[in-house]
Amino acid sequence: MTSTEKNKKYLLTGNEACAEAAIQAGCRFYYGYPITPQNEILTHMAIRMPQVGGTFIQVESELAAINMVYGSAAAGARTMTSSSGPGISLKQEGISYLAGSELPCVIVNIQRGGPGLGDISPSQADYFQAVKGGGHGDYHTIVLAPGSVQEAADLVFDAFDLADCYRNPVMILGDAQLGQMMEPVVFNKKCKPNLYKKDWALTGADGRKKNIIKSFYPVKGELEKFNAKLQKKYRQIKAEEVRYEEINIENADIVIVAYGTCARICKEFLKKDQSLNVKVGLIRPITLWPFPADIIQKVSERVQAILTVEMSAGQMVEDVRLSVSGRCPVHFYGRTGGGIPTPKEILKKISEIVSVKVKGTCAT
Amino acid sequence: MEAIYKTPKTLIDTPTHYCPGCGHGIVQRLIAEIIDEMDIRGKTIGLAPVGCAVLAYNYLDIDMCEAAHGRPPSVATGIKRVHPEKIVFSYQGDGDLAAIGTAEIIHTANRGENITVIFVNNAVYGMTNGQMAPTTLINQKTLTTPHGRSEKNDGYPLRVCEILSVIDGSRFIARTSITSPKNIIKTKQLLEKGFKTQIQEKGFSLIEILSPCPVYWRMSSVESLKFIDEEMSKTFPLGIFKDWENQN
Ligand SMILES: Cc1ncc(C[n+]2csc(CCOP(=O)(O)OP(=O)(O)O)c2C)c(N)n1
Ligand code: SF4
Ligand SMILES: [Mg+2]
Repeated sequence: MTSTEKNKKYLLTGNEACAEAAIQAGCRFYYGYPITPQNEILTHMAIRMPQVGGTFIQVESELAAINMVYGSAAAGARTMTSSSGPGISLKQEGISYLAGSELPCVIVNIQRGGPGLGDISPSQADYFQAVKGGGHGDYHTIVLAPGSVQEAADLVFDAFDLADCYRNPVMILGDAQLGQMMEPVVFNKKCKPNLYKKDWALTGADGRKKNIIKSFYPVKGELEKFNAKLQKKYRQIKAEEVRYEEINIENADIVIVAYGTCARICKEFLKKDQSLNVKVGLIRPITLWPFPADIIQKVSERVQAILTVEMSAGQMVEDVRLSVSGRCPVHFYGRTGGGIPTPKEILKKISEIVSVKVKGTCAT
Repeated sequence: MEAIYKTPKTLIDTPTHYCPGCGHGIVQRLIAEIIDEMDIRGKTIGLAPVGCAVLAYNYLDIDMCEAAHGRPPSVATGIKRVHPEKIVFSYQGDGDLAAIGTAEIIHTANRGENITVIFVNNAVYGMTNGQMAPTTLINQKTLTTPHGRSEKNDGYPLRVCEILSVIDGSRFIARTSITSPKNIIKTKQLLEKGFKTQIQEKGFSLIEILSPCPVYWRMSSVESLKFIDEEMSKTFPLGIFKDWENQN
């Protein structure tokens, strides 16, 4: 691939689509370290960055990668890194600094099985790490969860705009399945790298007052003030940037909440299996932070139960429960360590929920 | 009458937080003088470390960036790749550069990154109240080597210039001190050479400066300078370890 044409269909893996979309979105500085299942991002960047006059560095560690991103973001450029599991863990200090210095960047996180070295199979067990901060301090990254290769490409475009708009790191949270599967994708979003003026960036203080990029507030009271400013920004993001997809939720008896690969499986289930005598709908969060709490709260007021399906031991389900606040039972079905929930397993779980409901037993 | 001592334009006229006799203030003044003399204030970007020099951005009137502990070389790389025409320097302590940031400094040098690193070696962790540094001398007492650094338990002082000079990507590597007016002038010349190395696009340069921390060496200012001249520079010999001008 040497360039992309508008509206032309390309058959790409999710990883390649993320990489190419970043280039199309004006990202010219990418730093990465190999780790499966996101290696195709590096490979693609190594070929494409020189073609567009950009920088690709295979670095010595994920620490170096995230800190180079920090530097390029401070210098005012669109910049990205990517990794998985152990590598994302290493980046957490840097992500906290990026949030603390209010620097825009994009981090693609293609989740693999954990904890520890785990394995390279699909997983959603890094949800907590992604949406609850992950590093130290009261901060949030905006977290976008694509459900297809096309959506991965589209969300990468949006991620750069959101990052610049809010001066905040944005994470694309995928998994090994999404990263490695091939689907047709078109790159038809507009590149808007100059949407927001970066007069805070480090460019050399020629004819102006100096700029400082920092997250250190040693004078008493200053840090609390700065945190209040951050929290105000987060409230604005929560108010304006929530995204989700809903399917058949109007008359649903049971609503499934699932994202990414799990949401695809649930969609399959909805399409195929309606042998149940209950109506099942789906809410697919696209932004995991900010979390679509309002819509989940709304449906919880009228459905019999909510079922959260994840490739984890139960992480997003905690946010679902917070949104529901006891208004209806919240059930969970999850697989870990490379296990992927099947439509059959989901059917079984829903049958159980229905019979639990009939017996009037409290849900767990 | 001509003023023979004045504050360089690039040095903000404000009291610093450094202890009396500390070397950081001297080194930062030299940087400001060089920026003035080379007239590069508008195109210089500096990196402040996590360490006693973290507030360097309050003293130097240039665009500056804070970096996580040990990571200034990577952050500097990220900035320099965006602005190759700007002059980017990182300012780092020995804990920052030679312990937690060892990988970053070696690989930044190895990539031949066209930046200048100013490495202030005071053989101790100043900011965290005086623990052992990777450059602490054998038998030197610190908070975490109460009986003196023992090679058996703590290993040996790390000689950064010697290591970096054998890396193909490095171009100018020197060690100096600030114990006398003569040495301060020499240090300034070496720092200038570091900036010149970058401006002429020769590649990676690092100047290590042996610098006093009287507080955590538990010495007077005068004793500290003597300690550098008589003890520290035995382990860390002064000199130029690599110079692109003398290479073919
Ligand atoms: C990841 C991390 N670990 C530890 C610290 C605490 N810390 C701050 S400064 C410092 C040592 C600084 O020593 P040095 O780099 O020699 O600078 P000096 O203060 O001596 O100039 C340490 C360990 C930190 N800020 N971040
Ligand atoms: S503790 Fe040492 S290095 Fe830090 S300011 Fe004081 S004298 Fe300087
Ligand atoms: Mg030190």
